[in-house]
Amino acid sequence: MAEIIVVTSGKGGVGKTTTSAAIGSGLAIRGHKTVIIDFDVGLRNLDLIMGCERRVVYDFVNVLNNEANLNQALIKDKRNENLFILPASQTRDKDALTLDGVQTILNELAETFDFIICDSPAGIEKGAQMALYYADQAIVVTNPEVSSVRDSDRILGILQSKSLRAETGEDPVKEHLLLTRYNPMRVTEGEMLSVTDVEEILAIPLLGVIPESEAVLKASNQGIPVIFDETADAGHAYQDAVSRLLGEKIEFRFLEVEKKGLLKRLLGAK
Amino acid sequence: MSDTCFQLKGSVVTTFILELLHFSLDEFTLQLEEKINQAPMFFKQSPVIISLDKIDENITELNLNELLLTCRKFNLQPMAFKCSHNRFLNSIKATGLTLLSDNASRAGTKASATSEISDNKIDKTDIKNNTAYHTSKLISRPVRSGQQIYAAGGDLIILSQVSEGAEVLADGNIHIYGALRGRALAGVKGNTDARVFCTKMEAELISIAGNFMLSDSLREKVWKQSAQVYLDEQILQVEPV
Repeated sequence: MAEIIVVTSGKGGVGKTTTSAAIGSGLAIRGHKTVIIDFDVGLRNLDLIMGCERRVVYDFVNVLNNEANLNQALIKDKRNENLFILPASQTRDKDALTLDGVQTILNELAETFDFIICDSPAGIEKGAQMALYYADQAIVVTNPEVSSVRDSDRILGILQSKSLRAETGEDPVKEHLLLTRYNPMRVTEGEMLSVTDVEEILAIPLLGVIPESEAVLKASNQGIPVIFDETADAGHAYQDAVSRLLGEKIEFRFLEVEKKGLLKRLLGAK
Repeated sequence: MSDTCFQLKGSVVTTFILELLHFSLDEFTLQLEEKINQAPMFFKQSPVIISLDKIDENITELNLNELLLTCRKFNLQPMAFKCSHNRFLNSIKATGLTLLSDNASRAGTKASATSEISDNKIDKTDIKNNTAYHTSKLISRPVRSGQQIYAAGGDLIILSQVSEGAEVLADGNIHIYGALRGRALAGVKGNTDARVFCTKMEAELISIAGNFMLSDSLREKVWKQSAQVYLDEQILQVEPV
């Protein structure tokens, strides 16, 4: 049985696609056969972050409409043989998605894959609801900033009420909090919410804290998920998050204990 | 060993009683539709007993089949008639549904011939019981931004937090065992005795029977502490608990 994980946030620009790419790649590196689906129909981004934009021939909507089969649309990652991408269509909009169609595709993928990562579009409308409907687990990506936290809270409410698991009364969707763009220096200066603040407001288990890092922007522009960057803090933080997702217990880095070290490094860089 | 294939058990089932006052098909259809549209899921497939006790004394004939058809059209399930006089005996028999005697429908006892006076007594105890056992609603997961929870006719108990942007309402009291960061409105139907209790007060708004206060007035006294809010002579009082 494949595990369906939705990466969602409500708010846009907080790092959903970066996270989908990093977590998906991380799972594949550990030997799990993983596919990442771009649910952001109309705004194809995942293929850019994954560096496979020139290899997109068929997309998610083509498969939904039976214009292509899954094998034609799936793009195999160049770096890891366990990793596949199902790109979104850039010429269609979210109305092209239907619950039945999505279910058919997920069922077919579930036969061969261990993990299905659904990269949700921003917002709480149809596209986002389609992406989370069949999820077993949810990674809620949040920036340490009030409006992002409020929107994450909203999407948690939707996970509780509008997912298949909620509607059928099964075990609820397992929720994980992933805090991205975390800058301990700005937290101490009171410009940013701390991990504890966000945890207290959202009251869901913490999966990881990704430090704000130039490596993330660089990785996006080069089309290499940041988790492949062995030298970047953000890459290490994503590795830790993947371990926790797989059930390992790992100390959190880059917040309290490591804060001093990071501070020094940042100050030293100036 | 022989397997028993069934057991007979006495039981009390809650149903609606549709008390008919007078009947004309158009009017009835219209009003029933209106009522059901207020809460379609609530009424779906509900068993209902049709009472002819309160019907206008001048009416001697009723088209009960039309009545039943209309009920079924709206997904109600008429299961019996209740009638203390003999005027419609034959028409009820013709529908094939049971006629419940007054006692059977009230308490399930076999006591015969109840006088008007003892009837009234039972009515009173019924009312008392109802107030003693009014239902409260229990929520054990966090109430998130954008969600709204309403406890109709009773108290609302929440064993988790209420997020900013969430709204919790009750006809009675509201008890929150966690942080209250959203809005809490108690006694929404005008119960001025209703109160709001919470273990960590950070509310956006608190209202009791329509009298409300905003977070500014709470910040000075009980912010992030256990507190209760109640109404004293139309003025909201905030106190630590």
